[in-house]
Amino acid sequence: MRAGDELPPLEIPITRTLIVAGAIASRDYQDVHHDPELARQKGSPDIFMNILTTNGLVGRYITDHFGPRTVLRKVAIRLGAPNYPGDTMVLTGTIEALEDTTATVRIVGTNGIGNHVTGTVTFWMRDAE
Amino acid sequence: MGDDPDTPPPQPDSHHSAANLLTRLKAYEGRPAAVAGVGKDPVNLPMIRHWCEALGDTNPVYTGSDAVAPPTMLQAWTMGGLTGHTGRSSAYDELLALLDESGCTSVVATDCEQEYLRPLRPGDRVTFDTVIESVSGRKTTRLGTGHFVTTRTDVRVGETLVGTHRFRILKYAPAQRKKTPPRPSRPRPVVNRDNAGFWEGVEQHRLLIQRCTSCATLRFPWLPGCAHCGGPDWDTVEASGEGSVYSYVVMHHPPFPAFDPPYAVVLVELAEGVRMVSNVVGTPYDKVRIGMPVRLDFRTYDGDLTLPVFRAAADEAAAEEAPV
Repeated sequence: MRAGDELPPLEIPITRTLIVAGAIASRDYQDVHHDPELARQKGSPDIFMNILTTNGLVGRYITDHFGPRTVLRKVAIRLGAPNYPGDTMVLTGTIEALEDTTATVRIVGTNGIGNHVTGTVTFWMRDAE
Repeated sequence: MGDDPDTPPPQPDSHHSAANLLTRLKAYEGRPAAVAGVGKDPVNLPMIRHWCEALGDTNPVYTGSDAVAPPTMLQAWTMGGLTGHTGRSSAYDELLALLDESGCTSVVATDCEQEYLRPLRPGDRVTFDTVIESVSGRKTTRLGTGHFVTTRTDVRVGETLVGTHRFRILKYAPAQRKKTPPRPSRPRPVVNRDNAGFWEGVEQHRLLIQRCTSCATLRFPWLPGCAHCGGPDWDTVEASGEGSVYSYVVMHHPPFPAFDPPYAVVLVELAEGVRMVSNVVGTPYDKVRIGMPVRLDFRTYDGDLTLPVFRAAADEAAAEEAPV
């Protein structure tokens, strides 16, 4: 692992089930994440993924790649284009910094309409036991 | 606003009230949004499992007897869920209500920064304190215009700080749809048994005038009987299309949907002697004059509404070369 390395992309189909299941698993009952009618009344064309699910997927992207020894220290994300049903989000990552055992990966998640999420994940590796 | 009798009533568009609103919003900075909030459930395996299933996360450290919770679940343990939280500080609700009043009724989360200091394990009971860190000035985004509200939450188990969580939302007034609304349609004619023949003629680009079969008086607009002799029977003659402006008015106000004032509404006297209300197209409203010769034309509006209109007879040659 060295700075500049790129992680293999992770494609996440944005299904209605993922959006709703993610919202409920994160205890987020805002109607725009499960009720298309009310989402439309608020100016959105459909329901869209909540930030907690995006945050969880970003964390999963890192731990999927680096394995169970990965210990997340910080996840900082900013949302842009919403994740609507039927879209696909492609997460990509670039190792930005490596200091001792701590790494920072810059992540970008793009969907059909733009950058859904940008941010950084900082983590370290637990020693193998 | 209502406390000071000298304060003018709020005016949403005035600079004064915008500055006033911002001052009131800024007063919430540093105030607590939640004090000693308590997670509704202790950290537990079923909620962890649901999270992992929803997100497709198969990391083995989230299962088994030594399971820890996914760190990114930090906020989930503090959420009020379907029935909401009780015992929250009123400051956050007040702030959001103030933004609602200013028209910023929609909300979207935009930023999340979490730091994880130690893993959460089943059985841990989280408590949390949230402070309103900042309220931004009015910002215009693609979603709409509003204010960013940033909160910072410290999550503890017992006395131990286990994580911090900074969360930013945009509370905004939704932008108008980017699509310009379709232009309103022109009013539709009421077509009934008495005038259906007229509109059928217009569809075929023929301007038909009723003619009484008893006394041969022409009549327009179409009516069930002859105003001259009372005869009920009629046939039609097709207008030659020649005419002149008998009178006109220029509409400045009020504006009607589908019309752009000012425009001239003209009373055209046809060569046959009847008069009809129409427009002179292709001539500026202030160049329309009584007596100007006009000639019949047909125009289709809104894709399917054909109407008889007139154009200045002098323009006719040019119009034939370059149809509008």
